[in-house]
Amino acid sequence: MKVLYGLAIALIVLAAAAVAYAVSPRALEAVERPDPQSFDKAAVAHGERLALIGNCAECHTAERGGAYAGGRPIPTPLGTIYSTNITPDPETGIGTWSQEAFRRAMYEGLDREGQHLYPAFPYHHFTKVMPDDVDALYAYLMTREPVRNEPPENELRFPFNLRPLLAGWKLLYLDNERFAGLSDADEKVNRGAYLVQGLGHCGGCHTPRNALQAEKQDEFLRGEVTEGWYAPAIAGDVPAAVKWNEAQLADYLAGRWLEEHGVALGAMAPVAHNLSRVPDEDVAAISAYIVSLMEGDKLEADAEITGAVGEPPDSGDIGAVIYAGACAVCHEASPSPSATGLPLAYSTSLRIPTPLNLVRIVEEGVKPPEGQPGRYMPGFAGALTEDQMVALATYLRGQFTGLEPWADVDDVVARRMRNESGTKAGTAEAE
Amino acid sequence: MTVLDHLELSRRSLLKGGGGLVLYFSISPGRLAAQEGEPTPAPPAAAPSPPKLPGSLSDFPFLDSWIRIDNDESITVFTGKAELGQGIRTALSQIAAEQLKVDFSRIRLLTADTAQTPDEGYTAASHSMEKSGTAILHAGAYLRRMMIGLAAEELGVAAGDLKVEDGAVVSSAGERRSYGQLVSGRSLHVTVNDQTGFFEPGNYTVMGQPVPRVDIPGKVTGEPSYVHDLRLKGMVHARIVRPPKRGMRLSDLDTSRIDDMPGVIRVVRDGNYLGVIAEGEFQAIQAMQALQRAAQWEGGASLPSDTDIYDHLMKLPADTSVINGPETAVSPPDGAKIVEATYTRPYQMHGSIGPSCAVGLFQNGQLTIWSHTQGVYPDRAAIAEMVGMDERAVRLIHVEGAGCYGHNGADDAAADAALLARALPDRPVRIQWMRDHEHQWEPYGSAMVVRARGSVSGSGDISSWNYEVWSNPHTTRPGPAGNLLPAQLISASFEPEAPTNIPQPAGGADRNAVPEYSIPNARVVEHFISEMPLRTSALRSLGAYTNVFALESFMDELALAAGADPVEFRLARLEDPRARDVVTTVAKAFDWTGWEQRPGRGRGFAYARYKNLAAYCAVAIEVDVDGATGRIRLGRAVAACDSGQAVNPDGIRNQIEGGLVQSASWTLFEQVRFDAEGVHSADWAGYPIMRFPSVPETVEVHVVDRPGEPFLGTGEASQGPAAAAIANAVADAIGVRIRDLPLQPERVRAAMQA
Amino acid sequence: MITLNVNGSTFDTETAPETPLLYVLRNEMELNGAKFGCGLGQCGACTVLADGRPIFSCLTPIAMLAGREITTLEGLGSIDSPGPVQKAFMDEQAAQCGYCIPGMIMRAHALLLQNSAPDETTIREALEPSLCRCGTHMRILRAVHRASEGFQQQTSAAGEASQ
Repeated sequence: MKVLYGLAIALIVLAAAAVAYAVSPRALEAVERPDPQSFDKAAVAHGERLALIGNCAECHTAERGGAYAGGRPIPTPLGTIYSTNITPDPETGIGTWSQEAFRRAMYEGLDREGQHLYPAFPYHHFTKVMPDDVDALYAYLMTREPVRNEPPENELRFPFNLRPLLAGWKLLYLDNERFAGLSDADEKVNRGAYLVQGLGHCGGCHTPRNALQAEKQDEFLRGEVTEGWYAPAIAGDVPAAVKWNEAQLADYLAGRWLEEHGVALGAMAPVAHNLSRVPDEDVAAISAYIVSLMEGDKLEADAEITGAVGEPPDSGDIGAVIYAGACAVCHEASPSPSATGLPLAYSTSLRIPTPLNLVRIVEEGVKPPEGQPGRYMPGFAGALTEDQMVALATYLRGQFTGLEPWADVDDVVARRMRNESGTKAGTAEAE
Repeated sequence: MTVLDHLELSRRSLLKGGGGLVLYFSISPGRLAAQEGEPTPAPPAAAPSPPKLPGSLSDFPFLDSWIRIDNDESITVFTGKAELGQGIRTALSQIAAEQLKVDFSRIRLLTADTAQTPDEGYTAASHSMEKSGTAILHAGAYLRRMMIGLAAEELGVAAGDLKVEDGAVVSSAGERRSYGQLVSGRSLHVTVNDQTGFFEPGNYTVMGQPVPRVDIPGKVTGEPSYVHDLRLKGMVHARIVRPPKRGMRLSDLDTSRIDDMPGVIRVVRDGNYLGVIAEGEFQAIQAMQALQRAAQWEGGASLPSDTDIYDHLMKLPADTSVINGPETAVSPPDGAKIVEATYTRPYQMHGSIGPSCAVGLFQNGQLTIWSHTQGVYPDRAAIAEMVGMDERAVRLIHVEGAGCYGHNGADDAAADAALLARALPDRPVRIQWMRDHEHQWEPYGSAMVVRARGSVSGSGDISSWNYEVWSNPHTTRPGPAGNLLPAQLISASFEPEAPTNIPQPAGGADRNAVPEYSIPNARVVEHFISEMPLRTSALRSLGAYTNVFALESFMDELALAAGADPVEFRLARLEDPRARDVVTTVAKAFDWTGWEQRPGRGRGFAYARYKNLAAYCAVAIEVDVDGATGRIRLGRAVAACDSGQAVNPDGIRNQIEGGLVQSASWTLFEQVRFDAEGVHSADWAGYPIMRFPSVPETVEVHVVDRPGEPFLGTGEASQGPAAAAIANAVADAIGVRIRDLPLQPERVRAAMQA
Repeated sequence: MITLNVNGSTFDTETAPETPLLYVLRNEMELNGAKFGCGLGQCGACTVLADGRPIFSCLTPIAMLAGREITTLEGLGSIDSPGPVQKAFMDEQAAQCGYCIPGMIMRAHALLLQNSAPDETTIREALEPSLCRCGTHMRILRAVHRASEGFQQQTSAAGEASQ
C-alpha cells in the first residue's frame, strides 16, 4: 500500500506538470443518432468482425445484461471499474456520439464530453487501429439495438478516482501512433501483428504491468495475472509442454480442442468464442504472428502419459488418491469425447509459475457456452478442502511435469478458496 | 414355489416400507387363477353385451383381471400399464376409488407384471388413461353395482334403498354389508358387459381432484422407488462394454488382467457381447474400464454425418403414400401468393437422467427380470426368444425407472440382465448402463424432413396445400428378439425385424401430418424410410413433434402471406368447438390482442390435437432474441389442454408443463452429433439439454375440464405446439423464419444476417 | 479403513480410498437418495452435501471425506417427518419421474443454508448443475421459493427463541 500511495503522489506531481496538456479537453457536439440505414452494409459487417476480434462485447456486456449495454465490473488493483454502455442509446449509451467523437475515444481515451477514460478501455492499443477500421466499428455499434442502461459508478480508491490524473498517465504511456507495420515480416504476420497489437489488445492481459497499470513494453506478452487468471507468456519461452505451431494455435484461438494443448479456458474462453466467429484468415494471421514470437524447444507430441486407471494409487498420498477417484475418469479413461480431459502431462496450467489457474479450473470447472456442445469439466468447489487442494496441486505438478513444486501453493490456495466470490483475490495477487 | 419365494429383500428395504417397491413383493403370484367359489350372477340391471367393450376391456373383459377384493377388505386394482413418472399410479387409483366409492387410501394398485397383470402391451402413445383408465372406470362401476345387487339379495331390500359408502353397502335401515363380506366365496371372473353404471361426473369427489401423487413422498425422502434402488440378497453388479460403433466385431480380447482385478467374478463374452460381473459396483466400473482398453474391435458400419443427414435420408428408398387429399399435387391458382418451406429436425434423444438399469435372476430354470420397460409382455417374449427359453419360464416385473419418454435403453438393459444373470445362476445381477451407453446406444427420435408448398389467394383463403414428410421408423420396439440390441451382439445373433409404420389416423412418421384445419384438398404425402443410418424408435410424440412444428410454422407463414393474425387465421379454419376453446382460452390468458411488441421480442402461437384424436392443446409464448449472440430467452408461456374428463387436473398440468419445457429443450438445443467415426454425443456436454437458467420465465396451464367425456391421452400433447410456438415467436422477433431445428444461437445469428 | 460421518452417524468402510462416495452410500449404507446419473459431474443426480456444500458424490473419493460432515437426502427428513425442503417439494408436487429430485433438494437445501431468501435468478443459478429431463423445472423453482419461506420462518423463530 505504501508503494501505491507513493506512486499516487508521484502521479499527482506529474499531473500538475501536465496541466497544460490536461486543461479540460473540449466536449464534442451531441448529434442526433444517425439513421441505422444510413450506414454502409459492408462497413457494418466489417465492423462486426472487428468487434469480435476486439472482444468488445465481453467487457461491455454485463452478466444477463443487454449486448454492449455495459455495466460489467472490471476488477483492477486500483478498484472496480464498470464498463460503459456502447449501444446507440442517446441517454445512457453513445447514441449522440459523432464519428469524430468515437474516433477521439478510441485514439485519445476521451468520452464525447471530454472526460478522461480509464485505460481499462485499452485505447493505448486502439491507437494502432487504422481510421477506416475505427469507422467500421462505429458503423457496427451505431446499428445495434439501443439499450437503456446506466452502468454503476466506478468504485476506485482515492486518488485513482480523480479522472484528471489520467492526463498524466497518458502523457507517460499513450503513444497516439497508428500501426506502422513490421519491416521484416510477411503480409500474414503483419496482419497478425496489426490485430494483436491493436484491436485484439492481447497485451492487455498477457503483458506484465507496472504499478501504474501500464504494460511493460520490454516484457511484451511475457505473462501476467489479470482478472484473477494467469495469462501465460505467449512470447519468448512459453510454458507449453508441446511446441505450438500455427495451425494448432489457430484452432485453439477458434475455441477448438487440441489433443496436445486442450481448449481455451478462463478469461480466454470468451475470446476464443468470439474468434470462432471471425474469418479463418484473421485467426490464422494472429496465430502466425504469435507463433513467430515464441522461442525454445518443447516436448515432442508423444510425451509419455503417466498413471493408469485401475492401478491402485499410493494411498498415502491423498493427492494421488484424489486424482485416481475424481480426475482419472475423464483425464485418462473417458468414453466420451466431450468429457475427455487433457492428459495432464500436456497441461499448461501445471507449467506456469503459479497454481492459480489450476486451482480455479478445479474449483470452477470448464463449461461450454449455454446449450452448445463442448468440453466439460465439473467444478469441485466445496468438495476439496484447502489441504486437499494443496496436495492435489502438488501431486499433479510433480507427477506430470517434473518441475519444481510451486513455492506459494499454500498461499495461493488459501487466498483463492477463502475468497471465491469474485476475481478480486486474483487482482490481489497481481500486486 | 416360485422364484420370488426364494428371494429375500434386504432387511433395510423391507423395514423401510412405505415406498412403491414393497408392493411388488407383498403379493404372491398365481392371482390369475379365478377366486374360488360360485360364479356370481350378473347384476340385475345388466345390459345386453355391447359389440365392443371400451378401453382395454375389449381385450380383457373379465372383472378379476382388473379388481380383486379380499376377505380382509383389501382392494387391489391391476393395470398392465406402468408408472413412468406421469402419475398414472395416482390417477388410476382415483378412478377406482371413485367408482368403488372407497377411500382413496384403500386402493392398492399393482402395475405391469407378467405374473399378475393383464397384457396391455406398451405404456405408450398416451394410452394409459384411454385404455387402462377406461377399463378400470367401467370395471369399478360394474363391481359397485354388483355389490349393490348382492346386498339387495342378502338383505331382501330393493336396490334403490341401498347406498354405498367407503367399501360397504348400507341400507336405509342402517344394515351394512362390506364388499369383503359380499364377495366372500364368490368369483369375480365375470364379463364387464355393462357400461352404464358409473357415477354422474357431478357427484365425483375423488376424480377431478388434484389428489397428491402417491409416489412423491417416497421419492423426495429417499425411500426405495426405482429399479435402481432394488437390493436383493446376494446381489452382484455388472457393467457392459459396447463396441465403439455399430456393426463392429470384437476381434481380440485378453481378459487375464481383468480376471485378477479386485472383486471381479466373471467376464461375460458371447460373440460381440461383452460384460463383466463384480461384487462391488465401483469394482465393476473399474473392470469395465479395463475391459474397454483390452477389447480390440474391427469393421463397423460407416455413418453419414450430421451435416448431410437430410440429403442422405431423402436418397434412401422410401415407401411413399398419399395419406390425405388428392393423388397428385394441387397447383396454386393463378395470382395466389405461394409459400414454400422445408423444415428439418435432427436426431434427438430420450436422454433419461438415470441410465437404464435392470436386475436379473436365473434360478431353477426360471428367469426373472426387474425392469423399467414400458412393456413387460412384449419384452418377455423378446427375451425368451433371445435366450431360447419358454415364455412361461420368464417373468418380467416392472419397477419404475427414471423417466424414459419412449423406447430408450430400458428393454436392452433388461436383455443385458437376462444374458448376465444366465451367466451367473443363483445370484441376482444388477446391471446399470453408464452415461455413454445410454447416449450412444438408445434408439433416437428420427431425423425428419418436411416440405410444404401452399398458397393463399387474394381473399386470404388457403388455396393449395401440399405437405410431404420424410422419416425413419418411429417404432422398433422389441417383441421380436432382433429388436433387442444385445440380441444383435451375441454369437447366435438375431436380426432386427423389418420396421413398419403405424397407420393413420394415429400415424407414426405422419402423426399429426394431416391438418385439422378446414383446408380444401389438403394433400399429405408420407415417405417412410426403413433403412436406418442410426437406430430410431419411439420418442415421446413420435412424428407429431416435427409435424406440428412444421405444420404450425407453415400456418404462420401462410398467415403472414395473407396479412392475417395467426390466431384469427387458425380460428377461421377450426370447426371443432373443443379445439376452438383451447385456442381462445390461451389467446385470452396470454392477452394476445393486447400484447405489445418491442425490439428483439416476439410472440408465437400454435395448436394441435395430439394424433388428431387425443388431447387438445394450444400454446402461446413470448421470446427475447439477443441480436449480438442469437441467444433465445423464453419469457411467459401459456398453455391450455382439454383431456376430456380430467381425472387429476394437477397431473394434467404437470404433463403439459413438463412437455412444454422438454420440447423447449429439444427445440432450442438438441441434436445428436455424429460422423463416419460414430456418435459423438456421448454425455450431457456432447448433447446439452436445457438447464435452469434457460427455462421459461413462467408457464401457466389451463385445464379445460369436460366432465363425462372420455379420457384423452395427454402425456404427449404439448411437445408439438410448444416447438411451433417458440419457432413462431422467434420469427416474430427477428423477422426471419428459421426452419431447421434446433434453434441454436449460431443459426439465429446467421438468419438475422442473411 | 475410512470412517465417514453421514447424517450424524459414523460409518466404517474397508472400501478402497479412491472409491467415489456414491457407491458406498448406495451399496454399503443402503441409502437411496443419491442417484447415479452420469458419473461425470454433469447432471447433479448424485448430489450430497459435504460440510453443508453440494458435491458430486459420483466423483468424490471417500478418502476426501474422512472427518467431514456428509448429509444425504435421508439426513433432511423421512417420509413420516419430511424436512422443510422435502415438504415443499411434496406440497408443490414438484416431481414427475423424480429421479433428479434428490439432487435438486440437496442443492436447494445448501442454497437456503447460505441464503434463506434467494431470488429467482439466484435459485436458477444454484440449481444450474442439476439436470431435469421431465421438464419439472417450474415446479422445482416454486418448491424452492416455498421452502425458503419455511426457512425464513425457522430462522426468525430461532432468532426469537434465542432472545
